[in-house]
Order: sequence, then C-alpha cells, then structure tokens
Amino acid sequence: MIPRKSDRILIQGITGKQGTFWTEAMQAYGSNVVGGVNPNKAGTRHLGVPVFATAREAAKTTPFDIACMFIPPMLAKDAAIDACEAGARLLVCLTEHIPSHDVMEMHVAARQNGTRIVGPNTAGLVTVGECFVGIMPAFNANVFRKGNVGVISRSGSLGTLLCLNLAQAGLGQTVFYGIGGDPMIGTTTRDALRFLDADPATEAVVICGEIGGSAEEQAAEYARTMKKPVVAFIAGRQSPPGKKMGHAGAIVTGGKGDYASKRRALEAAGVGVADVPSQIPQMLKQLSIAA
Amino acid sequence: MDFEEHAAKPLLARFGITVPESRLAHTPAEAEAAAAAIGSCVVKAQVPTGKRGKAGGIKRAATPAEARRHAERIIGMEIGGWTVEKVLIEAQTDIAREFYAAVIDDAASKGPMLLFSRMGGMDVEEAAEQDPTAMRRQSIPIDVGLTDAMARSVFADLDLDPLAAVALEKALLGLYRAWRKLDAELIEINPLVVTGDNRIVALDCKLTVDDGAAPRQAEIVPLAAPEKRTHLEAKAAAEGLKYIELGGSVGVLANGAGLTMTTMDVIAHYGGSPSNFLEIGGEAYTKAKTALTILLENPNVKCLLVNFCGAFARTDVMADGVVTAWQDLKPDMPIFFTIHGTGADEAVALVRERLGVEPFDLMDDAVKAAVAAASGRAAA
Repeated sequence: MIPRKSDRILIQGITGKQGTFWTEAMQAYGSNVVGGVNPNKAGTRHLGVPVFATAREAAKTTPFDIACMFIPPMLAKDAAIDACEAGARLLVCLTEHIPSHDVMEMHVAARQNGTRIVGPNTAGLVTVGECFVGIMPAFNANVFRKGNVGVISRSGSLGTLLCLNLAQAGLGQTVFYGIGGDPMIGTTTRDALRFLDADPATEAVVICGEIGGSAEEQAAEYARTMKKPVVAFIAGRQSPPGKKMGHAGAIVTGGKGDYASKRRALEAAGVGVADVPSQIPQMLKQLSIAA
Repeated sequence: MDFEEHAAKPLLARFGITVPESRLAHTPAEAEAAAAAIGSCVVKAQVPTGKRGKAGGIKRAATPAEARRHAERIIGMEIGGWTVEKVLIEAQTDIAREFYAAVIDDAASKGPMLLFSRMGGMDVEEAAEQDPTAMRRQSIPIDVGLTDAMARSVFADLDLDPLAAVALEKALLGLYRAWRKLDAELIEINPLVVTGDNRIVALDCKLTVDDGAAPRQAEIVPLAAPEKRTHLEAKAAAEGLKYIELGGSVGVLANGAGLTMTTMDVIAHYGGSPSNFLEIGGEAYTKAKTALTILLENPNVKCLLVNFCGAFARTDVMADGVVTAWQDLKPDMPIFFTIHGTGADEAVALVRERLGVEPFDLMDDAVKAAVAAASGRAAA
C-alpha cells in the first residue's frame, strides 16, 4: 500500500486547473500516470494520456492500480464509487468538505470492492525518489530527500514542515503518508504505521498527529509492538476545546481526543513526543538514525 | 450548523414524529398570548446549548399570566454564554416514561449509529454515571438503513405496552430518516417520552447538520441558529475564511490547519501568545490579502508572523497577497516570515525585494523573533 513507480495511476478530474498542474508535477517526478477522467472530454488526450468518461470506462482498455481524485466536494461521492467499482486498489481522495453521509457511502463502496481509500482530505502520498500521488511538493529538494525515515501526517502543511525539518537536519525520508484531516478516513495512522513497519527501507517513523479523534491512541498500541523507533509531534496543544481548528477532525469534544491523552498514550507506548517539530531530527539522531 | 429546538422540532414532525403544539415568543406579551391559545404550557428558553433546565430556562405555567412572568425572567437570561432572545411556549405533555434517542455520525464504524437509553430527561453524562449499561448502541449500515428489527432491538427488554412499542419503533425509524434526509451529524431527542395513553412524543430536539452538505440543504440552512462569533470572526466567515480570536498578541497567518495549529503551539512554547487561528490553505490560499486585513483589525496584535509551508497552496501566490496588503495597509508593526515548500524561492525573493524583510530559514527563529517583538523586547 506504498505507491511504487510501476503502479498505474488514473487521475479523476485531470483536465481541471489543479488536476493539470499536479498531474504534470507527478509525471515529471516519475509517477506512472496512464489516463484521466472527465465525462465531457472523453475520447481526447490530455498531458499525453487518454481521457475517459468514467473510471469504469478507463478500466476496460487502460488498467490502473491507483485512482487520484481532483473532484469538488459535491461530486466526490460519485467519482469515488466509480473508482472503487472500476477496481482501483488504492483511491487517494484529496477533496475536503465532502458531506459526511457521502463519505460513509464511499467507505461502503470501498469495502465492497476491496479498495483502500486514503483520505478524504489528504495531501497524498510520496515515495521519495520514485513517485508521488497527490498535492505534496515532492519535487522540492529542500523538503524531500531520499533517506530512511517514514512520515505519517494528517495535515499536508504540517507534514511538509516535518519533512523540511528532517531535510534541514541532513536526514531524509522514505515515504510521506498523508492520511487526511477528516474525521472518517479510510486509512488510519495505525494502518500507515503498519505499512511503514513492513517497508524494509524505512528505519524509523515520525507521526504528525493532531488533536481530535483517537487515531494517535490507536497507533500507539501498534507502535508498542514495533522494533523500529517511532517519534511524534501532536499539533493543537494550544487550541481551545470545542472549536473546529480548520480540519473537521481536529476538535476536542467532551474531553476526548485532547493533547494530554494523546501524548500520554504515545509516551506509554515508548513513542517520544516532541514539544515543537524542530526537536524531531535531534530525537531521531539520538535513536541512532543517521542520514 | 446547529438548530434550536423551535427550528428542529417542525423538521422532526416532517418525519412522522409527534411533537407538542408550540409557538415562538420574543416578548412576555407574545408569551402570554401564545399561552392563552395553547393552555397550560412550558416556557422554554431557545438557545443552541444544553442544560437549559438546570439554568432555570425551562418553567411550567398553568395560566397565561404565569407564562408571561416566566418569560419576563427567562428572556435576557444568560445560558452557556448565550443571551436568551426568545422562548418556546409549548403545550404540557402527560409523561409516563422518559427515554433518550439519537442518531449520530460514528467515526469508528464510518457510518451512522442509533443511540437509545431508557434513562431520558437528564444529561447523557449524568445518566452514564448512574447506569453505564443503560445506553444501547446500534451501528447502521448506511447502504441498508435502519431496519425495523434494528430499531426494535434497542428497546426489546423494556416491556413496553404494545401500542407504545409500535409507536416507538415508528419514531426511531423516523429519527433515522430525518438524520439521513437532513444530512445530520447529530439528531437527538431528550426526552422522547411515553405518554399516559401510550403515545410517543418528542419533548426536545437537538440537531446539527453537516456544514459540508449546506449546498444541498439550502431549504433548511436559513433556519439554523446563528453561530456565536465575534465581529471579526463573522467577517472572516463571510469571506469564506476560518478565523478564531484567541486573545494573544502575536498575529498568525499560516496555510493549512495542521501548520496553523502548530504555529500557535510553537509561539506558546517560546513564551508568546497567539492572537488568532487563521488558516488560508486549501482553496482559500488566494485570499491572503482579505485574511490579513481582517487579522490586523484586531487591536491586540503587536506583530505578524507569517508561516507558509506550501504543499497544495503556492507560497508565491500567498506571499504576493500578504506583501500587497502590507504595502496598502502600512501597519505600524514588525512582520516576520518563514516560507518553505511549493513556490518558496519566488516567495522569499518577493518578500525580500518588496518589503526589504529577510525571511527566516528556521520556523523556530521566526517564532522567537515574533514573540520578542510582541513582548516589546528587541528581536534576538
């Protein structure tokens, strides 16, 4: 479930402004984009690949492994279900603000078709030096350089900062796994931790968590069983409870999902928790993770 | 978006759930007239928060004159930070038993969940303390919906009169349909009562509708309670920006929710205090100028910290917006930048050339400088 150079990628919404910008960036980085979807431009070509009316149409002639959605929120459900029914193994859902009932229906379609959803509201996945899927600045050499640290983040911007901190300290990354800032996501911190644990190139993992939900607590249970070191930063220590801090998932309600309980769970599982992101590289170096 | 009782109950009624007759009153005179039409009634404060009864915001009245006296006291009362501006005058109900029922978004199962408890009429937390086994939870597959059997299963052990059991099943099915059709995140009836003649009546309703579904819930959006916002928060919301006032002195402008929260945390770590949460990532990344204008209207802001780490959001576009706004507004305070990610080289060059300010390479250094400036010390 870590994207590889050989994975064939279908871009839903390929002809739009963002779809075009990021597809070009993915292609330039080495991602194997095999086709796109836009019902109004079926039969044409865009950025050197064929455009289909639906993902199911595409699958007939142009098999793909990963679907990546550049689709506005009110249309996201239909596109996601199309991708699942077309047989996508992995669906990277970048869209934010999808109605929650639609997200539930997307997860049903994913379960029924054996598709793994990453997101919604993820910034995507980067396999450093190989390929990327989504909207991360994989091509920015100040942020991403090949190394041995896996990074898991709910947030694209905070994940970018963490990767930058690693690069500035002379460390590098294997994989960036953006799981998304929504409350009901298909791939959890714990799932991503499991994938990075199984990845031979990854020697240590950084979790960039946030307040709200219980993803970090569940990940802590898994981290306890791992041989590879895990360190974490949890955003939102200063955020007032009961307020949605931008991400729909980042809200503390009824004393659940607050900073203290997440930090406690992680530390009890042997995961070092940084006060500020810039401490992460030093913590890794103390664990003998070298560049 | 949240709906007050008076707005939520008519919506419940659309799905076949019985609610008492009621009228909304904004003045004691209106309350008196409503009570004259309805008969013995309950005067209920309308505010989008719980614990109204404990706060003295719910009173029974036998006569119109008594309803007026209660309304005089309740209108203007503060409950949970809200000022009561209106009361619901509702016909009294003959209560035999009180239940609790709700349908919520359940993040763990990624689907809806029906909650039912035989201990209604009190706080959920309070009921859980008294008897943690009282609450029944039924996960609902959204592609199937709530079935008759699932609905019955949550109250099967209650030994209800057959008439009440049929009515309760119908009410729970209606509650689920309401959750589904209204794009609710939460729809809660507490108490859902059995009357002396075995009818099921909803005596309260709390409804939260998913903001993301607003485009297809246009009919009910105008019925939602206004959000409690400061002047600047309301202004930002009108511009499609998420802005939260926090009371500190370091203005924060960052992209993305995660980075913005982190910037606040790092400011506090170095002894400062953020004045706001303001995120301009996502689709809002082109609105830097609007965002900055709102941020600077807050008189507590002593300096501005701009932290961009562009992934989706292009830092050159955001920096251009900030610099243009800064040159227009000419605020008399220092500004500190740290910029990385997509478009960072162009953004850094732009800030350097047009403002003569050198962005910090390390976020921590930018934060320390901003904290020092806000506290009146010279930047280290």
